Amino acid sequence: MTRDIVLKAENITREVSSPEGLLTIVRDVSFHIESRETVAIVGPSGAGKSTLLAMLAGLDLPTSGRISLAGQDLTTLDEDGRARLRAEKVGFVFQSFHLIPSLTALENVMLPLELAGRSDARQLSADMLARVGLASRTGHYPRQLSGGEQQRVALARASVSRPAVLFADEPTGNLDMATGERITQLLFELNADSSTTLVLVTHDRSIATRCGRVLTMENGGLR
Amino acid sequence: MRAIVIALRSLSREWRYGELAVLLLSLSVAVGALTGVGFLVDRINRSIALQASEVLAADIRVQSPRPLSADNEPMARQLGLRTARLTTLLSAVFHGDVNQLTNIRMVTDGYPLRGTVTVADTPFAPGTVTRQIPAPGQAWADSKLAAALGVKIGDNITVGARELRLDRILISRPDQGSAFQEFSASLLMNEADLASTQLIQPASQVRHALLIAGERPQLNAFRDWHAQQAGQRERMADVSEDSPQIGDATRRAGRFLGLASLVAILLCAVAVAMSARSYVRRHLDAVALMKTLGASRAFVLTVSVTQLLLLALAATALGSVMGWITQSWLISALQGLLRTDLPPAGLQPMLIGLLVAVAMLAGFALPSLLQMTRVPALRVLRRDVGPPTPGAWAAVTPAVVAVIVVVYGTLGDAVLSGWFVGALAAATLILGGAGWGLVSFTAHSRGGSGVAWRYGIASLARRRVESVTQIVAFGLGIMLLLVLATLRRDLVTDWRASIPANIPNYFFVNIPSGEQEEFRARLTAQGGKVERMLPMVRGRLVTINDRDAHAVSSSGGPAGPDDGPPQRGGMADREQNLTWSSELGDDNRIVAGQWWQPGDEGKPLVSLATEFQEELGLKLGDRLGFDIAGERITVTVASFREVKWDSFKPNFFIVFPPGLLDGAAGTYMTSALFEPSSPGEMTDFVRRFPTVSVFDVGSLLAQVRSMIDKAVTAVQSVFVFTLLAGLTVLLAAVQASRDERSYETAVLRVLGAQRGMIVRSVLTEFSALGLLAGTLAASGAAFGGFMLARQLELNYRFNLTFWLLGVLGTVAIVGFTGWVATRSVLNHPPRSALS
Ligand SMILES: Nc1ncnc2c1ncn2[C@@H]1O[C@H](COP(=O)(O)OP(=O)(O)OP(=O)(O)O)[C@@H](O)[C@H]1O
Ligand SMILES: [Mg+2]
Repeated sequence: MTRDIVLKAENITREVSSPEGLLTIVRDVSFHIESRETVAIVGPSGAGKSTLLAMLAGLDLPTSGRISLAGQDLTTLDEDGRARLRAEKVGFVFQSFHLIPSLTALENVMLPLELAGRSDARQLSADMLARVGLASRTGHYPRQLSGGEQQRVALARASVSRPAVLFADEPTGNLDMATGERITQLLFELNADSSTTLVLVTHDRSIATRCGRVLTMENGGLR
Repeated sequence: MRAIVIALRSLSREWRYGELAVLLLSLSVAVGALTGVGFLVDRINRSIALQASEVLAADIRVQSPRPLSADNEPMARQLGLRTARLTTLLSAVFHGDVNQLTNIRMVTDGYPLRGTVTVADTPFAPGTVTRQIPAPGQAWADSKLAAALGVKIGDNITVGARELRLDRILISRPDQGSAFQEFSASLLMNEADLASTQLIQPASQVRHALLIAGERPQLNAFRDWHAQQAGQRERMADVSEDSPQIGDATRRAGRFLGLASLVAILLCAVAVAMSARSYVRRHLDAVALMKTLGASRAFVLTVSVTQLLLLALAATALGSVMGWITQSWLISALQGLLRTDLPPAGLQPMLIGLLVAVAMLAGFALPSLLQMTRVPALRVLRRDVGPPTPGAWAAVTPAVVAVIVVVYGTLGDAVLSGWFVGALAAATLILGGAGWGLVSFTAHSRGGSGVAWRYGIASLARRRVESVTQIVAFGLGIMLLLVLATLRRDLVTDWRASIPANIPNYFFVNIPSGEQEEFRARLTAQGGKVERMLPMVRGRLVTINDRDAHAVSSSGGPAGPDDGPPQRGGMADREQNLTWSSELGDDNRIVAGQWWQPGDEGKPLVSLATEFQEELGLKLGDRLGFDIAGERITVTVASFREVKWDSFKPNFFIVFPPGLLDGAAGTYMTSALFEPSSPGEMTDFVRRFPTVSVFDVGSLLAQVRSMIDKAVTAVQSVFVFTLLAGLTVLLAAVQASRDERSYETAVLRVLGAQRGMIVRSVLTEFSALGLLAGTLAASGAAFGGFMLARQLELNYRFNLTFWLLGVLGTVAIVGFTGWVATRSVLNHPPRSALS
């Protein structure tokens, strides 16, 4: 059976200027990811994993090459255009959670739905918080939650809009083993529930092995 | 719409972070200063105009030695103006055998149109205000006339062919003027009795005047109409041209208050800019995250702008309440100084307040917000990614526009506003440039002693842009405060000095020759402090350089005692009071030529006051011919004197050297500080020297003094607004540095830094910042004060203590700010800042 290609990178390169001159941090990378695939990007620190992920999610643009996400060429869209695409198709989980401190757990989860103009945001979000096991913490502020709880809120927020692609950059990097394990479990469950595509960067071999495919980066290139 | 919902929802929580509170406070203070003071200033200005009117007893006075055109009054009334007539003439008033030359004033209902008349039942008693004029058949004599005639209320006096009943004692009238030599006894009566006095004869020195009052546009319309009448020979005096001295103090107060409220508003603007920066800095992560989640720039901007607009509304409401309370309080504090018959400020102030709040936000907060929305979503992965640096124009233009709007809106005077904005721009540039240089220079001195010192200086240099911004913000704030404080001090000193304590409160004229020493002795014995005694002879200037003086002089008809405030004209034509004196008083200053040298005694020379010189266009060496009691004498102009008339000592336009006029049988005049223990004491004194005319200027002085004291109170209290505004800057600064430092301080503490080390390093950093800002601010203030003092017609005095105080004060204040900011950070466990 053939599946749609949701994410496609063609010869993408990212250069930055540094005091020592032009630095190539991602070098001529090409690959494609099909719908509902689970892909892990691994590699040593400084290999360019985060940089690649940022470009795939449209947070950053490659210096050269093309990226298409859900059939849209990211490199031809402007900032707001990419933002709209993210609102519709993309979820994101970060190593350091990035919840908005002035919003409650529930409001944090509601945010992407509200941004996409959904009127049932509250109900969907409450359900999703219940799904990650935080039904009783909806009114709490991020600073009142533990790291693991915060990451669960972040997971709920990333999945609530049923994105086509869920990106995660070291989602367990800031958590202890046991909590990390629970979060990983949840991540894969949610992914299966909503049949989204999952692209995650990790240092954790055990997470990588649970993915359908593993891309290894080294020195800015794919090996 | 969604954006607005989100804005509303997060507003209450944003509150806890403090910038919004500081924003609200600074906007409220600005609106309060504007509505409270700005509108008071408007009232003061209108009050001044009215006070000036009081000296004319009208807004416009049309006068002529001939009967006035019959068209004037109907025209004025048709324009909706109020009118009254005033006819004056000089004649003797009789009571039995006694008579006194008197300035007789016949008025119609409504007199005075501006100002008030006060009356009493006994001479020299305190007066009470009346709104009436004497009824037909009755008359009000002033204290001098009543004392001279020895009449009391109910007695009959004779004016021309008419017998009148003395009904009241006239204590004061608004148009009594201040040309003291011209004072004479006066009598107020009803115009209805004019004909029956039979005093209007072809030869009699009558002056006819029409008093007019009303709104400015109509007054101007009347003026224009009047000027266009064919063969116009009637003179017009208009308050908008003749601004009497009394208005000066209040006018300056008005300008100063306007400036004070402006400074308050600008300080608040600095606070707004600083809080907006903190707000933005704290929101960068959230905005990047929102964008990652798919929010557009417009959406993010809408959220922030909604929050700020709500804040502007709240600030307007709060500020208006503050302003209203201030204004009510000031008005009650300034009662008597300000007219109570002015319409109170309406809703308009609130509207303007809202406008200013929005303008301040647009100018000082919006650029930062726009900048914030440009932060790339990538920041969620790489914290060092910030918004692109804005183009210099994009950052500065809105602020400049806002400043211009606010300055012009507050001062309403294009020239002054131009000066102010220019000075502000120059100060900002200089502060910025010098700040940059100093920070760079300081960076090299970090080799110094101790880790605290090194770390403090290092962070000053590392955050170079922030440091320079803070130097500019603090520097500007302190500079504005210092300029204002300097001006306030100069203003108060100047005012107080303009009416020194213990200056003469009575003038005595017509002291018979030969009795002057006895007069002085008696008055001194009764506790009076008597000034110089000057002889006084009447004379007429008849020739200038051997030509007819009347032909030479340009001005019109003769001027009488009731031309009101500073009037010239007819100096060449009129009987003058002349004197001679060997000494030049300390209230006279020679501006050209020389005062009498030894040996000048008896020489045909003359010394003239500059007013006289200007009026007739004279120069040193001109020859003037005088007719003194039928004798001709020709003298050469030897010097010109600038006379301080407000010393209230005897002074004359024309002074001869002693020995020249000794033969002329004159009288003497003097002034004295004298506090009669009872009104009767003065009456007795006048009866002992029946020919002596007494003029009480004490009540006028007291009035001016109390006005000055009230103006001083107003100025002091408005200064509170400025200080409050300064406080908001401080709060904003604490806020900014706290947020900036909380993370860093936490890291330092985790690394094992002791509280003491952190406090010392922050104190080092902030004191250095304060020293830089303070030095620049104090020097700028000295210069700014100097320039502004010229605008406000004040004497500027550089004061080293003040300068030092400015520098040290800034060090203390900025250091304190840093300490407070750090303390609040140190009091939280470092974990909360790191998690
Ligand atoms: N804007 C930039 N300027 C300079 N260097 C950059 C920039 N962005 C990334 N780099 C460099 O590129 C390299 C790759 O960075 P990246 O964050 O992608 O690594 P990573 O593989 O995610 O590493 P880690 O596993 O430690 O997170 C690093 O050496 C980083 O310093
Ligand atoms: Mg990384």
